[in-house]
Amino acid sequence: MSVLTADAPAVTGIGVVAPTGIGVEEHWAATLRGVPVIGPLTRFDASRYPSPFGGEVPGFDAAERVPGRLIPQTDHWTHLALAATDLALADAGVVPAELPEYEMAVVTASSSGGVEFGQREIQALWRDGPRHVGAYQSIAWFYAATTGQISIRHGMRGPCGVVVAEQAGALESFAQARRYLADGARVVVSGGTDAPFSPYGLTCQLGSGRLSTGADPARAYLPFDAAANGFVPGEGGAILIIEQAATAQDRSYGRIAGYAATFDPPPGSGRPPTLERAVRAALDDARLTPADVDVVFADAAGVPDLDRAEADAIGAVFGPRGVPVTAPKSLTGRLYAGGPALDAATALLAMHDSVIPPTAGGADVPPGYALDLVGAEPRPARLRTALIIARGYGGFNAALVLRGPNT
Amino acid sequence: MSRPQGGGPRRVAITGMGVVAPGGSGRKAFWNLLTDGRTATRKISLFDPAGFRSRIAAECDFDPAAEGLTPREVRRMDRAAQLAVVSAREALADSGLVAGEGDPARFAVSLGSAVGCTMGLEDEYVVVSDQGRDWLVDHSYGVPHLYRHLVPSSLAAEVAWAGGAEGPVTLISTGCTSGLDAVGHGARVIAEGSADVALAGATDAPISPITVACFDAIRATSPNNDDPEHASRPFDRERNGFVLGEGAAVFVLEELEHARRRGAHVYCEVAGYATRGNAYHMTGLKPDGREMAEAIRVAMDAARVAPADLDYINAHGSGTKQNDRHETAAFKRSLGERAYELPVSSIKSMVGHSLGAIGSIELAACALAIEHGVVPPTANLHNADPECDLDYVPLVAREGRIRTVLSVGSGFGGFQSATVLREAA
Repeated sequence: MSVLTADAPAVTGIGVVAPTGIGVEEHWAATLRGVPVIGPLTRFDASRYPSPFGGEVPGFDAAERVPGRLIPQTDHWTHLALAATDLALADAGVVPAELPEYEMAVVTASSSGGVEFGQREIQALWRDGPRHVGAYQSIAWFYAATTGQISIRHGMRGPCGVVVAEQAGALESFAQARRYLADGARVVVSGGTDAPFSPYGLTCQLGSGRLSTGADPARAYLPFDAAANGFVPGEGGAILIIEQAATAQDRSYGRIAGYAATFDPPPGSGRPPTLERAVRAALDDARLTPADVDVVFADAAGVPDLDRAEADAIGAVFGPRGVPVTAPKSLTGRLYAGGPALDAATALLAMHDSVIPPTAGGADVPPGYALDLVGAEPRPARLRTALIIARGYGGFNAALVLRGPNT
Repeated sequence: MSRPQGGGPRRVAITGMGVVAPGGSGRKAFWNLLTDGRTATRKISLFDPAGFRSRIAAECDFDPAAEGLTPREVRRMDRAAQLAVVSAREALADSGLVAGEGDPARFAVSLGSAVGCTMGLEDEYVVVSDQGRDWLVDHSYGVPHLYRHLVPSSLAAEVAWAGGAEGPVTLISTGCTSGLDAVGHGARVIAEGSADVALAGATDAPISPITVACFDAIRATSPNNDDPEHASRPFDRERNGFVLGEGAAVFVLEELEHARRRGAHVYCEVAGYATRGNAYHMTGLKPDGREMAEAIRVAMDAARVAPADLDYINAHGSGTKQNDRHETAAFKRSLGERAYELPVSSIKSMVGHSLGAIGSIELAACALAIEHGVVPPTANLHNADPECDLDYVPLVAREGRIRTVLSVGSGFGGFQSATVLREAA
């Protein structure tokens, strides 16, 4: 297939709407500061829940960033994505009205759809009756709402996709973007956001058993730390503009060089996990070797068993302490479908500025992990190739290889 | 993505099929319903629909225990997952592949669903919110599998476990085109060399109060509550909305040479697929069918099929006023005069509209049409809308040689998809 021989597609625009800030500059500055932006949830009173913390986008005002007509028609998750898309298009200098309508494509990842909107409407149904459900529930709650709204807002009539693989979905969206480009699209809007904060949304997440119940927000999510006891969720994510290498020319942050996905066998099967295979296959796809990788952005579940499994996979591919590993999501919480999209954005910025962003905590990595974890301070380094790892609840593994613009 | 091994482009065959649809479980019961032209639409029994505008649906008579699911599987799985897993197991058995044999790393899953685990989410919501009284719901009543309901990727995970797949696994959730898009994606993953075998299909189980209420609110569903058997009336002058359905269809997709090497039965091949956005409206359709026509054109190009090669069109045919005109225009726009010569039918007249699942269920009907040389009819079509002036195969199935079939879908979000299935020569 042409996807495998085409020049690696280029990322030409980044739109960030994340707990670290709105826009690339705010996000990158906050990321390099290395101070967690996790705190008590403000979107509702979460004090009665065992995991009352989260990473929220600071100062996000939908009225400023989303067309007024769309605000009541869409969930907060879609608001965040629409805002991120505007930022990304502007950053890329892409003006949709100037491009052929069928050559612009959209693919986003969502993990849980319109959680807050959905709770409001389902409450109206059960409290007040069926006639109280609003007309927009049918277009706001479902997982495709964000892609549909982006396509409509910008007149993008090429392929439209929506992938769901919990955290792994955002990387899958970039792989899908690459397929669209191979099929003739010129520009693809891709990435992911999530907004998991409503009382019912949080209650559902508690079911995973993976949320931190730590009492101190600054130490609630400590991936790869001996004190790890779960993660803190967050909202937001990133949208990237991905274009064919030839048309991107000198506007590129870097390139999508390789991708692979695997799925773990069920617990108790006796079969080995498959993350290591995903990483190796992504490197093969990029025609690179482990020695070419300058930094790994880890999935960093913050759950001891999962941290160990990831450390084992990284060690198996790169050798003990064989590659710098970082987890800037420790600052924001895990953004579900938004998380790995934000990691990809951060990795591109890191390659541009030759510095590896820090990991919160990370002061006490169990020696058995054999990880070279970048700690609380940024680490200057020449970065040409970054590997992003993402795992989705239930066994999804994805690995993405990004290369800097001049590689 | 790993690279294909030498040779020409990799073709993708359908070698197994499993269906759970209204009117009976299994592909045989499904095909009998369609070829008999019977309808499976009825008054809603899954909950008490009193007080709703539309109180009818096409429900599956589905007994998970009788279908071989264990009590633990039943408890942790939403109904949509149960339908998908039962379909996947039927498809695997049909293909002759055995779960756990073959190379799991080369085995993918691409499952579609529009609304995920809606039933499970709503059932549990009612408990933790005390029937909607509490905004700050009481998490202590939450069941452990609640997170699996929140993330619909759990549906794809269940199918992967059922099949023993350890290759690329994903859920495709593009609303009502999910079923076409998931099969298109599964075929792509094989064609590009990332897998040799895939379970691909779609599932939805949306017959719950919240889904019924949200379609009530926009008057998208039929209020023919007094005559549910005849409520789904695609292309008919009397049509007044779609009838909600549920179900699943899952295929074993297989690289054609891989299938031939093991002597598998090949139903047909997935020859072409494309999707486009109308960038117009989340629910509205322009009458010109322009973007659906573009999807049809691109899918036919990919399949190297000309209008003259087509033998049958499986329509989206939802039975809403605007859809049936929209796609009739799309067929004329993309196929020219050939549109008037082809049989076009909508099985939604019989099995309702199961949102994301229906695209795969319709592909199952297309594959069976090729297999058996029978075009399923459009039930309840007595007086065609004058603006719908094609041959919609009213009421009675039609026999004939069918080699190449086009199936289309249209969904909220503006998505328009088209798939070409072709007899594998």
